[in-house]
Amino acid sequence: MTDVDAELARVHRAEWARVVATLARRLGDLDVAEEMAADAFATAVERWPIDGVPPNPGAWLTTTAHRRAIDRLRRESKREDRHREALMLVDTPEPPGAIDDDRLRLVFTCCHPALAMEARIALTLRMVGGLTVPEIARAFLVQETAMGQRITRAKAKIKAARIPYGVPFHEDVPARVAGVLTVLYLIFNEGYLASTSDGDPVRDDLTAEAIRLTRLVHVLLPADGEVAGLLALMLLTQARRAARVSADGDLVPLGDQDRAAWDRGLIAEGHALVRARLASGQMPGRYQVLAAINAVHTDGPHTDWSQVVALYDQLTRIDPSPIVRLNRAIAVAELDGPQVAMAEIDGLPLETYHTYHATRADFLRRLGRGAEARAAYDRAIALTTNIGEKTYLTHRRDEATGP
Amino acid sequence: MAQYLISVLTDAPVEGNAEEAAAIDVFNAQLQADGQWVFAGGLAWPDSATVVDGRGAEPVFTDGPYAESKEHVIGFWIVEAPHLDVALRLAGQGSKACNRRVEVRPFLSE
Repeated sequence: MTDVDAELARVHRAEWARVVATLARRLGDLDVAEEMAADAFATAVERWPIDGVPPNPGAWLTTTAHRRAIDRLRRESKREDRHREALMLVDTPEPPGAIDDDRLRLVFTCCHPALAMEARIALTLRMVGGLTVPEIARAFLVQETAMGQRITRAKAKIKAARIPYGVPFHEDVPARVAGVLTVLYLIFNEGYLASTSDGDPVRDDLTAEAIRLTRLVHVLLPADGEVAGLLALMLLTQARRAARVSADGDLVPLGDQDRAAWDRGLIAEGHALVRARLASGQMPGRYQVLAAINAVHTDGPHTDWSQVVALYDQLTRIDPSPIVRLNRAIAVAELDGPQVAMAEIDGLPLETYHTYHATRADFLRRLGRGAEARAAYDRAIALTTNIGEKTYLTHRRDEATGP
Repeated sequence: MAQYLISVLTDAPVEGNAEEAAAIDVFNAQLQADGQWVFAGGLAWPDSATVVDGRGAEPVFTDGPYAESKEHVIGFWIVEAPHLDVALRLAGQGSKACNRRVEVRPFLSE
């Protein structure tokens, strides 16, 4: 890769969202903004190796894209009002105190609750992340044409239903930010524990993209505790990446991981975010508590399970869902043994959730109830779609001997 | 400004009660005061519907709703809103007032 190529890649990562977002506001059309931004980057690929990288690459790209868009609108405007009709996106007036960053508007538009979740994910990766349609299609193992249609349909709905290009109403902000975080966390989780059985167990491209996007949202909403919490959660999870998959492709559980292989830099960054949230004195939301749990896991040579259980107690008060209770029981098993933990998960309505059966199997194995453990492992293996998890569970099942 | 159709959906043949009617009146008054009102109305049960096909030489009449479905529209509002977020907010209030699910759909613009 030449210096110019490296610079192009860096500028694409750093400037794509800003170029699309600025154009979308100026032109009032997300579709044209996306196309012209892609066009400007293609021009940069042609020109920069010859002319050199401009002193302000971001401004150069925005100006280039803007000129292209104006040319195109002029070319296409048969009637005078055609130009004005292009103002499809509704620019909402800025509520007082809101951060005036076009990229934030772009994020809220792409993650609008009126769009289907898979459309929000695809649109966010395309418009904010700058991934190409083939890249997104590959990441989700979907046909390129299908992914293209998904994005096109989402853009058409934004236009037809007039989904606004702006920050939400003040009282809707917490719910809308939570919606954005759901999209980012789903992208991260798809990378972290790929649900597809014929791909890699970990999709580093997606986890990296999710972290990058969450960093951006954290820059845009620095005072939001949950955004900071999600970023910390992702960093502390990603820090363990190198230790998470064994040489034979098994997923390695936390307790068996080589802590020396963990990324100290990411852990330090995650811990700093968690500490800053604790210092704020504000009631933490679910991502902040999850981040705190992961901070405990990554603090010192051993996990302090009593702290983890205490944090899960706090999480149960925010979210008393069966999945949270299941995760709490996993910590209880470490603190009080599998017998106590088993009683906590009996009867949880998670019959179709593979982790429920994998957890039961693990408790039963530790209790020496081999036959029941093997049956539970079989159920978990049948339900999981992640290849690394399947391998791990199969090995564990074969270790569960005895009656 | 755009217009949105807010359709009231139901899957149970239960008529609105007095409490719902009162809440709907309050909501309608608010829409009118805020200049968001275009039109609204309640509909009779779908079995009162007649399908008409006037594309041939003589119109053909068929008894019953066009599509038999579990859920059907029993009323609607047409509101004026600058964008979807406002329409969604009104739809949420309308849904609460009539105590039923609603669907929001934009009119074609231009």
